[in-house]
Amino acid sequence: MHRIRECEESLVEPIAKGEIRTPCHLYTGQEAVAAGVISCFTDKDYVFGTHRSHGHYVAKGGSLRRMMAEIFCREAGCAKGRGGSMHLVAPEKGMLGAAPIVGGTISLALGAALAAHIRGDKRVAAAFFGDGATGEGGIYESLNFASLLKLPLIFVCENNLYATHMPIRECRNSENISRIAEPFCIKTWRIDGNDVLKVHEAAKEAVALCRSGKGPAFIECLTYRFRGHVGPDDAIQGLHTDIRPPAELKRWLKKDPITRFEHYLSSKKLLPPTALNALKYQAASEVADAVAFARRSPRPNPSHLEKYVTK
Amino acid sequence: MRPVVVHPRVDFMLYAIDPIINEAANWHYMSGGSGNAPVVVWGIINRGGEQAAQHSQSFHAMFAHIPGLKVVMPATPYDAKGLMVAAIKDHNPVVFMDDRWLYRDEAVVPEKIYEVPIGKAAIRRKGSDLTIVACSYLAREAVKAADELKKGGIAAEVIDLRTIKPLDTAAILRSVRKTGRLLIADGGWRSFGISAEIAAIVAEAGVRLKKPLVRLTLPDCPAPASISLEKAYYLHCADIINAARRLA
Repeated sequence: MHRIRECEESLVEPIAKGEIRTPCHLYTGQEAVAAGVISCFTDKDYVFGTHRSHGHYVAKGGSLRRMMAEIFCREAGCAKGRGGSMHLVAPEKGMLGAAPIVGGTISLALGAALAAHIRGDKRVAAAFFGDGATGEGGIYESLNFASLLKLPLIFVCENNLYATHMPIRECRNSENISRIAEPFCIKTWRIDGNDVLKVHEAAKEAVALCRSGKGPAFIECLTYRFRGHVGPDDAIQGLHTDIRPPAELKRWLKKDPITRFEHYLSSKKLLPPTALNALKYQAASEVADAVAFARRSPRPNPSHLEKYVTK
Repeated sequence: MRPVVVHPRVDFMLYAIDPIINEAANWHYMSGGSGNAPVVVWGIINRGGEQAAQHSQSFHAMFAHIPGLKVVMPATPYDAKGLMVAAIKDHNPVVFMDDRWLYRDEAVVPEKIYEVPIGKAAIRRKGSDLTIVACSYLAREAVKAADELKKGGIAAEVIDLRTIKPLDTAAILRSVRKTGRLLIADGGWRSFGISAEIAAIVAEAGVRLKKPLVRLTLPDCPAPASISLEKAYYLHCADIINAARRLA
């Protein structure tokens, strides 16, 4: 979680300065979802993400240097500077990709789960998506098909209450998203997505179900983004369109998943302060190294524009 | 009812392609004229800014390929209003596509309701040395290019298509017969696109060209993220000027 937070916050200044232009949908505030779910996965399990997927990539173990190089749109990036912030990919770690067409990667994760099912290799796939993705039809088709074949697929809905800038109450009759899975006879959880232990516990059960051929599973994580829809505060890369009430943001800041988990660790005396500081220091230096690497990496050669159109 | 459905980013409009193509476009024909779909589907092109492949596309040629659909692309504030009014009044499904790169352009637009007729191109600059056919953002760039070319003694005639389908073939042929030189600038991909269609129309009409026509288009490549690649990918005024100088 620290590593994710450190990545996201280190991007704020380069975005503000215009050094980073690719639209960055920062994951700050939602770290417990990626960390809680993906900590139940192995490198062989699959993850598909969204436009806001720096956290999924980092949790899945993708190289920080290659992520930062991609966000700086450099040739050394994980997508060779062709994809930018919204197309992080680390196949060697099971991070099969991320894409900003809302809801678009859910059926791709379904395909990965179907492949695991056909091969019988016990791998599990997760589709991360936001509350906004439930406005697209593909998710319902995927729920049905996954349920029909009992596929090892975990639908992870990060309900941060806003579809871009539209409050959930203006686009859904019910704020309870997990109920969309019920008609498909899918085991569901609706949990505090800012409590990493709760997320981890739910994901552990979901993974166990999936590995034993009793999938799919649906986990709705209630969470909140601390930053803008795009960029640090929607006033730099976005269009000054953050309409969220300041009091609401303030309430959620108090539920910061990282401080809560730190508090838990210290109150249970599970991690001494020195060890925690060492973790933070390590995350900060890894991220600083990755950013420095990105900065000194060259941009793609324009004569290679059409290099990856087809294989 | 005359619905106008807005897609603030045309890439997401592909989610609606089935009702647009299978249903709306075919409805009038397959119902033997007993029903029609007078809907405007407004797709906004939003490119550049290292947004990459899924946030940079334009599908005007693809929609123009579909029988039953009309496709309009305004390049000026006046046309944006006039074509929208005409699209709403039209009895057929009309795909209205505009480009965010034009959104900072300012001009006086009449308050009254007026129409810019669908199917009519506009001659933005008159000239006899070569014809530049363009649409949307590149129509604006072509006008700028023509003004620059004029300083060097090249008189370019600029045709802003305004409507992609039905294409104003008469305006294109009239101009190309006069100038004998044709440059087509399209912000879509090269293969099977607007530029190929215009080239075919000119060839079929047997127009004798003084030099082979030139197509300026995006390469057959998804939009890249990195600015170093974006610079090689997108077309602007300077590209039109350079191509026109070679052709004239």
